[in-house]
Amino acid sequence: MAMTLEGKTALVTGGSRGIGRGIALELAMQGANIVIDFHQNRVAAEEVVTAITAMGRVCEAVQADVGDVAQADDLVARSIMLTGSLDILVSNAGITRDALLVRMTDEKWNDVLRTNLTGTFNVTRAAARHMMRQKSGRIVLISSVVGLGGNAGQANYAASKAGVIALAKTAAKELGSRGVTVNVVAPGFVETDMTSSLDNEVVSSYLANIPLRRAGTPSDVAKAVVFLASEDASYITGQVLAIDGGLSL
Amino acid sequence: MTKEEIRSKVVDIAKEKLGVEESRITDEAQYVKDLGADSLALVDITMALEDAFGTSIPDEDIEKIASVGQTVDYVMSHIA
Repeated sequence: MAMTLEGKTALVTGGSRGIGRGIALELAMQGANIVIDFHQNRVAAEEVVTAITAMGRVCEAVQADVGDVAQADDLVARSIMLTGSLDILVSNAGITRDALLVRMTDEKWNDVLRTNLTGTFNVTRAAARHMMRQKSGRIVLISSVVGLGGNAGQANYAASKAGVIALAKTAAKELGSRGVTVNVVAPGFVETDMTSSLDNEVVSSYLANIPLRRAGTPSDVAKAVVFLASEDASYITGQVLAIDGGLSL
Repeated sequence: MTKEEIRSKVVDIAKEKLGVEESRITDEAQYVKDLGADSLALVDITMALEDAFGTSIPDEDIEKIASVGQTVDYVMSHIA
């Protein structure tokens, strides 16, 4: 099969682990050069760089806190410098700090909103400035099915992920005339470090509610992102695609 | 920078961002009314002006630079 993203450059935030890692690898598999950022785990990030470089692509890992405007701007600037253009942004960096609403501290609320929503805004704004001038671009924001339906214990995370959806729809309206599409992928229950800490009972109850009767994999999500980032998706913008085995039905 | 140098840069920016012929870019020409700019193009021009002249143009000033001539005068009075 022909590679669909040959010669393109993609920035995948949070690309060192979990879903972001899967997305970075899949985009590279389809021919894209990749920049990933990481917050703390340099070893994991370098492992992804090694894997992608071995495929013959250009790949770089940059340490950045996307919640910080200057660092997010710098991350996007370095992504553009990698090959001279930035064609694809996948904003995936996210954290959880779970607590029931009545027990949720200000700190937990603010931390999650800062990284997940403000961080997504920061990189999207910086990338949009470049893409609108380039008159082309693909932006894919990673939300979550809990951003559609809410989830007990995740008021902060769910609110941040719902915010990402409205951000994407607005950006889609503003940037459409410049050939830039903005879409959202909303994963359901996916096996990653983030979900490995959940206890078995919670996992079983999730699985019982998934019509396809299995947890998702980072690759399931990555394949949808590759499609939305490709030329084939040029008439799709402002949409939310749930990759959840039917969990949100 | 002389007024002519500024004007020449402003015209280059308008030409590049709006894809219009130089002959249409007169001092009186308004970006939206005469040169077909939409709101995003105005922002794009503003950002290009900021880069070109090393100055920051606050959002509330964008309406003051509706035409090419106004832009030249604005830049003159803000980078001097």
